[in-house]
Amino acid sequence: MNQYSLSHENLLKFLAALGTSGKTVYAPQRKGEKLFFEPVEDVRAVVFDYVQTTESPKKLLFPKYQKLISFDLAEGELHVKDHATTAVPERVLFGCRPCDASALQRLADFFARDISDTFVAQRQKALTVIGMSCIKTDADCFCTSAGTSPGDSTGSDILLTPIESGRYFVECLTEKGNALAASNKEFFEQSTPVDKERYLPKIEKTFSHEEIARKLAGAFGNEIWENASLRCIGCGACAFVCPMCSCFDIQDEGSYKNGDRVRCWDSCAFSLFTQHTSGHNPRPIQSDRWRQRVMHKFSYQPQQYDLLGCVGCGRCSRACPADMNLKEQLQDIAARVEVV
Amino acid sequence: MLSTDERRAMHALHQKAKELLESGKAKVIIGYGNGTGDKARPVFVRSVNEIQQLVWDQRCRQNLAVYLFKPEIKKMGTPAIVATPVVVRSIVQLIAERQIKSSGLITLTVEDSAVMELADDASLEAYVASHPVLFPPHVNKEIDSLAAMPVEKRFAFWQEELSRCFKCYACRSSCPLCYCDRCITECNQPQWVDVAPHALGNFEWHINRAMHLAGRCVQCGSCNIACPVGIPISLLTIEATRIVEREFGQYAGTQCNAPAALSSFRVEDKETFIL
Amino acid sequence: METPFEPKIVAFVCNWCTYAGADLTGTSRIKYATNVRIVRFPCTGRIDYNLLLKAFAQGADGVIVSGCHPNDCHYTSGNFHARRRWIVFRQMMEYMGVDMRRVKFAWVSAAEGAKWAEVVNSAVADIRELGPSEAFRSMTRDVA
Repeated sequence: MNQYSLSHENLLKFLAALGTSGKTVYAPQRKGEKLFFEPVEDVRAVVFDYVQTTESPKKLLFPKYQKLISFDLAEGELHVKDHATTAVPERVLFGCRPCDASALQRLADFFARDISDTFVAQRQKALTVIGMSCIKTDADCFCTSAGTSPGDSTGSDILLTPIESGRYFVECLTEKGNALAASNKEFFEQSTPVDKERYLPKIEKTFSHEEIARKLAGAFGNEIWENASLRCIGCGACAFVCPMCSCFDIQDEGSYKNGDRVRCWDSCAFSLFTQHTSGHNPRPIQSDRWRQRVMHKFSYQPQQYDLLGCVGCGRCSRACPADMNLKEQLQDIAARVEVV
Repeated sequence: MLSTDERRAMHALHQKAKELLESGKAKVIIGYGNGTGDKARPVFVRSVNEIQQLVWDQRCRQNLAVYLFKPEIKKMGTPAIVATPVVVRSIVQLIAERQIKSSGLITLTVEDSAVMELADDASLEAYVASHPVLFPPHVNKEIDSLAAMPVEKRFAFWQEELSRCFKCYACRSSCPLCYCDRCITECNQPQWVDVAPHALGNFEWHINRAMHLAGRCVQCGSCNIACPVGIPISLLTIEATRIVEREFGQYAGTQCNAPAALSSFRVEDKETFIL
Repeated sequence: METPFEPKIVAFVCNWCTYAGADLTGTSRIKYATNVRIVRFPCTGRIDYNLLLKAFAQGADGVIVSGCHPNDCHYTSGNFHARRRWIVFRQMMEYMGVDMRRVKFAWVSAAEGAKWAEVVNSAVADIRELGPSEAFRSMTRDVA
């Protein structure tokens, strides 16, 4: 692992240089009052002082809308295009938090299981992640309870940690990271050893996810779900801002002359998510769907895939119109549900 | 810090809640409680020892009428609902649309530190009449400045805003007037609204929602607050409802017995554009 | 040589008045622009504004919606409902940035063969001047 020191001034120059090197750089930028990962046109628009963005960077691996197959019937001839054969542009994700970088890694692993999802795999291959460690957190963050931390290097190709004002400690963690730094070495300086932990905020664990998983194993029939979900209005905000939620819908659009088979985001909170063609819905009320959300992330995924479905980024809590507050709900489960 | 008025109001609310629960007149109080940080959140008080949860201050903005349709809450029994003026308007509109009856719920309003029980159509209408729509002035300015733009600029504005939409339907879920069991987006024979969040699908969704709320939107702004990506959604539904006000003189949420604007007509309806 | 732009126009018309009126235009041997494709409905009250959206999304440059005059609806009140809907829909579309000069609403009775030709000809002329419908062409099903 190569380590460097980087001044803020040189960081901006580095980002500008990346932009001209043929890669699209995505970085946090403001749209109205909220922050999104958008392609950088002017490095001065990149935001550095924030806890977390509104939308997660999962769209770089798993966009909200993706064409899978297209067909065109012109003059009696059928043309079919498999979009998996479309080349994916090289991209750099700059400034995502360690929780997001972990989430991207976990999400890519999830899609690679069993039959590997070509679309996600291609995008991961073409993506270089430059993470930015946190120096501050807010009340919605709970990464340390979800298997990651403010300076976690999982999922980052390069991880920057702000040390003194105007300077970053740089860790190049992968071949991709090393290559990117090497081809832009004029911006990076030698680094003396740095104790990263000194600069990172301390987030106390508020629950143990292993203990939660044990408790959830017998909690399907528990009465806690109904009261917990009374204020949930059943929208998809939490699932869509979550960096790890991966449920999708497949739609066929178009006409007999031309059309596309597309994939777009879906949410288990929607009332018709589990609607069967027969008319039966095994999750007819919101408490069933809330239970599903929590158990999928904290019980089923850990049990079946050894994968925790949450990184504690807090976006769901910030986005929720009804203030469900996932961290609080998990603390409640830890306090009130007994292991069966 | 609460003002003296706010504290008196909260105390009155607690007293009223206690009285309603103890007498059995209400089985659940749908109100606001303390939420995360400086937010308020919906609370559902069912026993006297939970009453202290109820709060009343300027954080209380979310439209609680949306919970009147939730099966888990309906089965609790007669609800009492702590209503801001917009919530009362929502209730009046829902009564006009035959979705609820004023006899089936108790509407509680807080005014001058006292709590009023609005128990019938007439008192609900009287309350609405004395509390006209008071939207923050910047909203009117925004709608006016949009109307003043040339049509291509307006198109660019809405395309840019709607490009962030990912069809989470938080706008729909937070709206008490979006109560359809099966929304138009969930119909695929035919697929009126493309499901996917591309530019066309987003446009189709939002114009449908605005048209379906024309003359029905009570201008509470909950959809705006709910949108996780900051789209000024209420600018669409408010304009739709104002078109109905301007053209047909019908005001959503003002009368318990009013015809639905877009499923009724007057022979004298005026227009200038039909050849 | 580039072929000049010829607008594609879809007309949603009611069976009892405008469709019959269009028939009369034909039987009277009145020549009029051929850019229009007519879709027949029992009544203008049946015309869902989503159909107009679909027409534009599938490549129409303009739309004509036409039916019986008020008080003459074959089903008594269908066109009154339609009129209300059109009043609101037009303004909502304009508000969202779609130029509603591309949509012509008309009352054309079964006896107004000449009027039908006029409505179509003026629609074609106006929309030819406005050019191809860019708004809906830009709202594609490509990545948003």
